[in-house]
Amino acid sequence: MTNIFRKVGVPLIFIGAVLVLWEWAVWFNGLPDYRMASPSDLLPKFWQFRWLFLERSWETLWRTVAGLGLAIVVGTLLGMIMGFSRTARDGLYPLLVGFNAIPKATVVPIVALIFVGQHDFNTILLAFMISFFPIAVSVSIGLSTLEPEYRDILRSLGASKFTIFWKIALPKTLPEFFGALKVAVTLAFIGTNLMEIVSPHGRGLGDLFDSGRISADYPLMFAVLFALAALGIVLFYIVVALERVFAGWAERGQG
Amino acid sequence: MSSDFQIELREVTHAYRTDSGPLPVLDNLSLKLPKDTFTAVVGPSGCGKSTLTRLVSGLMKPDEGQVWLASKLVTSPRPTVGMAFQNPVLLEWRTILQNVMLPLEIVKSGMSKAEGLERAHALLDLVGLTGFEDKRPSELSGGMRQRASLCRSLIHKPEVLILDEPFGALDAFTREDLWCTMHDLRAIEPFTCLLITHDLRESVFLADQVVVLSGRPAHAQYVLNVDIPGKRTLDDLYTPKAVAMLADLRHQIQVAQGRTDGAATPAAHAQRGAKAPTPEAQS
Repeated sequence: MTNIFRKVGVPLIFIGAVLVLWEWAVWFNGLPDYRMASPSDLLPKFWQFRWLFLERSWETLWRTVAGLGLAIVVGTLLGMIMGFSRTARDGLYPLLVGFNAIPKATVVPIVALIFVGQHDFNTILLAFMISFFPIAVSVSIGLSTLEPEYRDILRSLGASKFTIFWKIALPKTLPEFFGALKVAVTLAFIGTNLMEIVSPHGRGLGDLFDSGRISADYPLMFAVLFALAALGIVLFYIVVALERVFAGWAERGQG
Repeated sequence: MSSDFQIELREVTHAYRTDSGPLPVLDNLSLKLPKDTFTAVVGPSGCGKSTLTRLVSGLMKPDEGQVWLASKLVTSPRPTVGMAFQNPVLLEWRTILQNVMLPLEIVKSGMSKAEGLERAHALLDLVGLTGFEDKRPSELSGGMRQRASLCRSLIHKPEVLILDEPFGALDAFTREDLWCTMHDLRAIEPFTCLLITHDLRESVFLADQVVVLSGRPAHAQYVLNVDIPGKRTLDDLYTPKAVAMLADLRHQIQVAQGRTDGAATPAAHAQRGAKAPTPEAQS
């Protein structure tokens, strides 16, 4: 099998197989579309609301990416602080774990109340809050487990702390960082939709889902789930592509 | 005050602070390394040999005593030092050539980029890594990685090379190969070398003087001058003279470990070793 077929063709065949199985299961059980929509119900919905889907997908997408960007910046900074200072690590860890343990659905009404009317900001904030934790943890672990010999190689030449960070610690942490980013990108996506669904404000795919729920348009709700899955896949593979570029050496190293 | 030696340790005493109180590792250690000579330091496990390298390279400061490098008191790391460890610590995201060039990105060596590249290629050629410049460290064997590590430690023309058991994790034949490479490197470009090792044959084959450290806290218990003139070959290790030296060192290690009564004369052991090498003398 050629590489391209394996990378693209095989996943497409599997997706197709699942759709066929789904269609068959709905038909076989004779389920009406208000109990279980089938894939063939979805296409008309996508066509009917095609501009709405594009607009809402874009709203969900850019706010997810913005939240994730914030999570990368803050998570990396927190990770650096915890990676370099034992005291900071001991002090911050329980705090972060506690914060991460709070179900984010409970945070939505609070955030919506504090920043009332700031829908874009709220949504980005929630995407950030749900996704920075794995990044902070992985960066701190990557930095704190750096073998002392790596540091000594540069320190013995009189290199500054910043040079050691830039030339050794940072690149060496990249595989862990991207591992965490793959988790974080999905989480940020969940965060965005959580805000859009729990505190609807007329924006994003989450809101479209909520409209479907209110108007009892079940095929539309299923269609939104499909669009969300597709967006999630796209975001995930963008991260995978970035990982290839910046940390491809780690993958080859294991081969 | 200054020092006439390339490296000189004067009455160095050092202890690590641990949870259960200070752990003394070096006690009144004095060492003298003349310029462009090769000194091997052997001693029982955990006697403070690696501490010694960290003190000489300026990564650590001693509690008491002084470390001199090229007539200057060592207070911080110096770019005139090259280091290599048992773990070759190559950066996986760089090619072999980029790894070798790493020190030039930090040290002001006075070399231009082109000169640095030329030197890197020459060093890689010398250790037999021509053709591997663009490979990643993970694509190389352990011995080849250690060769690349040696090139990196020498790229910035250091006056002093500090080797902390660089051949320790290699198989016997690769190790012997690298010993010969070390002699080749020194023949082309002299430098002062401090080698930490557990291998007595390695110390005798490579060094001009072998220093035996006592058990922890360590002082210089014994110094052996290795007078094998001319270019050394591996066969030199099997002459009666070399075998006697090995037996002598072996005896000193046992004294350092506290297993043998120090009263037994090294000479007696050396003679016995010279006539019929015991298995331990070979080790």
